[in-house]
Amino acid sequence: MTSVSIRDLSLKFGALEVLKSLSIDIEDGEFLVLLGPSGCGKSTLLNCIAGLLDISGGQIFIKGRNVTWEEPKDRGIGMVFQSYALYPQMTVKGNLSFGLKTARVPRDEIARKVARTAEVLQIEPLLDRKPSQLSGGQRQRVAIGRALVRDVDVFLFDEPLSNLDAKLRAELRVEIKRLHQKLRNTMIYVTHDQIEALTLADRIAVMRSGAIQQLDTPHEIYNRPVNLYVAGFMGSPGMNFISGEIDGGDSPAFRFAGQSIDLSTYPASAPIKSGPGIFGIRPEHIVSGDAASVEPYQATVEIDVVEPMGADTLVWAMLDGSEFRFRVDGQTGMRVGDHVRIGFDPARASVFDTATELRL
Amino acid sequence: MADVQTLNTVAVGIDPVADRLSGPQGARPKRVLSRRNIFLYGTLIFVAAYYLVPLYVMIVTSLKGMPEIRLGNIFSPPVEITFEPWVKAWATACTGLNCDGLSRGFWNSVRITVPSVIFSIAVASVNGYALANWRFKGANTFFTILIVGAFIPYQVMIYPIVILLREIGLYGTLWGLVIVHSIFGMPILTLLFRNYFTSVPEELFKAARVDGAGFWAIYFKIMLPMALPIFVVAIILQITGIWNDFLFGVIYTKPDTYPMTVQLNNIVNSVQGVKEYNVNMAATILTGLVPLLVYFVSGKLFVRGIAAGAVKG
Amino acid sequence: MSSSSGTATRRPSQMFRNLNAKIASIPMILTALCVFLGGTVWTIVYSFTNSKLLPRLKFVGLDQYERLWSAPRWLTSIENLFVYGILSLIFSLVIGFLLAAMLDQKIRFEGVFRTIFLYPFALSFVVTGLTWQWILNPDFGVQHLVRSAGWESFTFNPLYDQQIVIYGILIAALWQGTGLIMCLMLAGLRGIDEDIWKAARVDGIPMWKTYLFIVIPMMRPVFITTLVIIASGIVRLYDLVVAQTSGGPGGASEVPAKYVYDYMFLAQNLGQGFAASTMMLLSVAIIVVPWAYLEFGGRKRG
Repeated sequence: MTSVSIRDLSLKFGALEVLKSLSIDIEDGEFLVLLGPSGCGKSTLLNCIAGLLDISGGQIFIKGRNVTWEEPKDRGIGMVFQSYALYPQMTVKGNLSFGLKTARVPRDEIARKVARTAEVLQIEPLLDRKPSQLSGGQRQRVAIGRALVRDVDVFLFDEPLSNLDAKLRAELRVEIKRLHQKLRNTMIYVTHDQIEALTLADRIAVMRSGAIQQLDTPHEIYNRPVNLYVAGFMGSPGMNFISGEIDGGDSPAFRFAGQSIDLSTYPASAPIKSGPGIFGIRPEHIVSGDAASVEPYQATVEIDVVEPMGADTLVWAMLDGSEFRFRVDGQTGMRVGDHVRIGFDPARASVFDTATELRL
Repeated sequence: MADVQTLNTVAVGIDPVADRLSGPQGARPKRVLSRRNIFLYGTLIFVAAYYLVPLYVMIVTSLKGMPEIRLGNIFSPPVEITFEPWVKAWATACTGLNCDGLSRGFWNSVRITVPSVIFSIAVASVNGYALANWRFKGANTFFTILIVGAFIPYQVMIYPIVILLREIGLYGTLWGLVIVHSIFGMPILTLLFRNYFTSVPEELFKAARVDGAGFWAIYFKIMLPMALPIFVVAIILQITGIWNDFLFGVIYTKPDTYPMTVQLNNIVNSVQGVKEYNVNMAATILTGLVPLLVYFVSGKLFVRGIAAGAVKG
Repeated sequence: MSSSSGTATRRPSQMFRNLNAKIASIPMILTALCVFLGGTVWTIVYSFTNSKLLPRLKFVGLDQYERLWSAPRWLTSIENLFVYGILSLIFSLVIGFLLAAMLDQKIRFEGVFRTIFLYPFALSFVVTGLTWQWILNPDFGVQHLVRSAGWESFTFNPLYDQQIVIYGILIAALWQGTGLIMCLMLAGLRGIDEDIWKAARVDGIPMWKTYLFIVIPMMRPVFITTLVIIASGIVRLYDLVVAQTSGGPGGASEVPAKYVYDYMFLAQNLGQGFAASTMMLLSVAIIVVPWAYLEFGGRKRG
C-alpha cells in the first residue's frame, strides 16, 4: 500500500521555480532518502510534505488522504530537525509531551506514551533535564522521541545527523536504522551525505535543482547511475571521468589520446552509437599491480600524489593526459614517481553521451 | 618541544645550553608605568572627572542652604548639610497654583510610565513575532512605513494626533499619553523584537507547528519564555525613554497630569519669586533618579538596549 | 487516488489565512497608516492653508512658507540648528571614537569608565539642561569660580551672551550624548576580527595607522548608522533648549522644533506651525533618503 504519494508537486517563489513537478510514491514502511547538494530543493520538498510550506501546484496524499491543504498537525507526521529544535525552556519530558498537551490528550495517556518512547530511545534518565544539559547525540535522540511519541504514520527527518561529529553520526545512523527495523514506519530522510543515504535507504531519490534525477535502490544508483550528475555525486572519492570518442558498431570501443577501451562487454541499455562520450570508472573498481594482469583493460601510469587514508590509500596518477584516481590497500608502499600497472573491467564502468549526459 | 631539544643538546655539550639561557626567557617583564599607560589612564581619569562633575555639583548644591550658595562657589562641598531643599522640592515647591511639590509629577509619571511600558511592549512583541514568523502579504509594507516613520520629526505628527485623541475623547488624559508613547515606541520596539524572533532558529517554530501549536500557543509557550532577556532590554529602553519624555507630556497632558519632567521645568524656570537653587537642584536630581537607578541596576543590559535600539539589531 | 476526490478540506480563503497574525498586527497597521502616513500627509496638506486657531481647509498656496522664510526668528532657528548640527556631529564622532578606542586597549576598570561616560545618557534633556544652566550660571558657576580665583576679567557666560549661547547648549548636549556614541563605536570596534590586529602587529604596522587605514574603513557601516542617529537627534533638539535657556537670551537660541511648538500651541497660528514642521521633514528627508538608498536600495539590487 502507498503511504505517501506526491503528485506533480511544484513550488514557485515568484519567478523562481524551486520544485519542478515532482511525483513520488512511497510504500508503507519504506525508508526513502532524498539526497542532493545544498540548494537542490530536498529540504524544501520535505517542508512541503510536512505542510510547513504552501505548494504552488500538485497534490500530496498521506495514507490515501489528500492532505494538500491540511495543517501540519493534521497530516499524521512527525519531524526531526537538523538543529534538534528542542524547546529550550522545557525539560525533556516537557518537549516530548508538548504536542500531546496541545492535542488535549488525557494526562495519564501522555505519561504512558512519554514513558514508552523514553524506553525505546533509552532516554529515561534524561527526562527531567533541560536541552542545554544534554550532549548533541542526546539532544537528537530526544528530538527523535518527540516525533515518535505522537504515534504518527510518517517520520520526516531533515538532515538530523549533520550537526553531530563523525563518530556520533555513525552511532546514531545505526540507531535510526535499528529503529526503522523495529517500528516499520514510513520514513523520509533528507541528507547531503551519500554514506547515510546508501546505508539507510530502501530507495534513494537523487535531486538536483528542484528535480529528481534518479529514484532507485542504493545498489542501482551506485552501479548504474542514469546520468553524469548522479555518477559524479555518488561515491567518495568520486568517479573518474575521461572525455573521448565512442566507436559504435559491432565491436564498440572508447578512444581517447591514443588509448582504446573495449566496450563489447559493457551492459548498454541500447545499441551503442558513435560520437563524443565520457567514460566513468570508480576508483575502487581499478586494481593495480599483479592483480591488474587479469583485467580486460590494462595500462601503465605514473604516480602523481599519494593520499594515505588509513585502511586504504588513494593514488592520483596521469593516464595519457587525464587525471586519474584509484584506491589501493593501505599497506601498499607506493611512492610518487613510481610507474605501476593498473587494470579494470569495462563492464563495471559507466559510459555517458557528452551532449545529453545520459548513460548509454 | 624546546625541552626535548635542550635535553638533546645536554648530551652534546654544555655551552649551547648556556647560550640559550642567557637570552630572553620566561615571561616578558611588564612595566606598569609605561608612558603609554600614563597617557591612557591620565586621559581617561580626566574625562571621567569631567563627566562626573555635573552630578557632583548637583548633589552638593542640593545639600547647601541658600546663604551658603550665595557666598561660596558651586564646587565647594557643603559646610552645613541640610535636607531642607529635598523636602521642599518633593512636597511644597510651587508650580502655578499647585504647591504640593514634585511628588504630584512623580506619581503622574509613574501612572504614565507603567501602563505605557506594558502596553507598548505587549503590542510590539506580538507585532515583531508576527513579522518574524507569520509573514502575511503586505506585512512588510506596513513594517517599512513604520521604520521610515521613526525618522519623521515628531513635530510633523503631533497635531494630527491631537485631533485623533480629541475624536476618541482621550486628549489631555493619561491614557491618551499612553497611546502616544505606544505609537512612538512602536518602530524601535517592533524592530527589536522582530530581529530577536528572526534570530530564533526557524526549525523551532516549525517543530511547534508540527506539534500542533497555533499563533498564540507558540507565542506564549515557546517564544515568550525564550525572549525574556530581550523583554528586559525593551523594558529598560521604555522606562528611561518614557520617564525622560518632555515634549509629549507638555502637549498631551493638562497641568494636573503633567509628568515629572514638565513639572520640574516649570518649577525651575518659573519667573516668579526668588530662585532657590538648592531646591532646584534637589528637584532635578529627584527627576533623574528613576532612570539613573534603572541604569545602574541594569548595567550591561542598558548598553545592549541602547545598542539594539540604535543600531538595527 | 487518480483524482483529487479524496479532498477533505477546501482551500482556505486567502483572507483568513494567518488570521491571528493579521489581527495581532492591527495596531501596527493603524499606526503605520493613520499616524505615520496619514498624519504626515495631513500636516503637509494643511501647511498650505491659513489655519489659525483651528485647522481649516482654506488654501493660500505658499503664503505660510513665504512668511516662514522671512521671519527672523525662523532664520535664527535654522542658523542655530546648522551650527549646532555641524559641531555636534564632528565632536560627537571624534570624542566618541577616541573614548571607545581608549577603552578598547584592554584597560583595567573598563566597566567603571564606561559606566561613568554613559550615565548622562540615562538622564533626560530637561535634567541635563537645568544642570548645565546651573553650572554655567555667571554669578555662581564656572565664571564665578575662575574670577574668585584671581582672574577678575575672565568671561565665560554662554547662556547670557547672544553670540555664543548655542555653544552653551552644545556643551550640555555633548555631555549627555557622547556616551551613546562611544558605546556604538565600542561595539563596532569589538566587532572587528581579532585577526586583523594580529596581522597588523605581525606586519609591524603602528597602531594609529591600523586605526586610520584599516579599522575605521572597516567600521564604515557603524559610522553611517551613528551619523544617522546623531543627525535625527539634532533635528529633534527641543527639550534641552527649553530647559536650559527657554530660547533666550532674546531669542538667540531658538530652534525649529521650538518654533513649531510655539506657533501650534501658544501663538495659535497652526498654518505657520505646519509649514515649519514640513520644512523639518524636508531637511530630515535630505539626510535620510540618500542613506536609506545606499543602505537598502543597493542591497536589493545586489
